Amino acid sequence: MQIARVIGTVVSTVKNESLFGRKFLIVQTLDADLNKKGNPMVALDAVGAGVGELVFWCRGKEASFPFKRDETPTDCTIVGIIDSDAHMRNGEKKK
Amino acid sequence: MLIARVIGNVVASQKNQRYEGSRIMLCRQITPEGDDMDYTCIALDSVNAGEGDIVVIAQEGWSASTAATGRAGAAIDSAIVGVVDYIDLLPSEKK
Repeated sequence: MQIARVIGTVVSTVKNESLFGRKFLIVQTLDADLNKKGNPMVALDAVGAGVGELVFWCRGKEASFPFKRDETPTDCTIVGIIDSDAHMRNGEKKK
Repeated sequence: MLIARVIGNVVASQKNQRYEGSRIMLCRQITPEGDDMDYTCIALDSVNAGEGDIVVIAQEGWSASTAATGRAGAAIDSAIVGVVDYIDLLPSEKK
C-alpha cells in the first residue's frame, strides 16, 4: 500500500461488465515527503475518492477484495482517503 | 492498472488451451497525456478492443484470468478490462 494523489479520471463506457458502476481514477504515487514517485497509473475507487485528494492504494489480488462481487478485475484499488497532509508525519518533520 | 494503446494483435495457432477463443492484443503503455512509453506487453481482450483504441489493462493473474476467460487459474497475467473514452487530468498535472 502506498500514498498517492488522485490527479485525474478515466472515462470508460465499454468495460468488463463486473466493472459497471465503478470509477477509474488516475493516481500519482508519492513518497513520504509527498514528492512524485514513478509514473501515474489507473486505480479503481472503493471509497468515493475525488480528484485532488490524497489517498492510499493497494495492489495485487487483494485489490479486488473491497468489492462485493468478488470477480471484479482490478490490480490497484484506492482503499482510503487521507484526511489531510497535516495528518502525515515523516519522522520529526511535519508535512 | 495501466493505460495503453492497442498497436496490433497477435496470432498464435499453438497456444495454451485456456487461450482458445480469446484475442491476444499487443499494447504499448502511454502516459495520461497520450505519449508513448517504453513498455510494450500483450494482453488478452475482454471488451472487444480494436487496434488504435486506448485501453485500461489489469496486470494481475486472478483478475486477468477471470476477466478474459471467465474463470480463474489460467496462465494469463494481463487483460484489457476497459476502453477509454477520454481522460480528465488536473490542470496542474498537464504538461
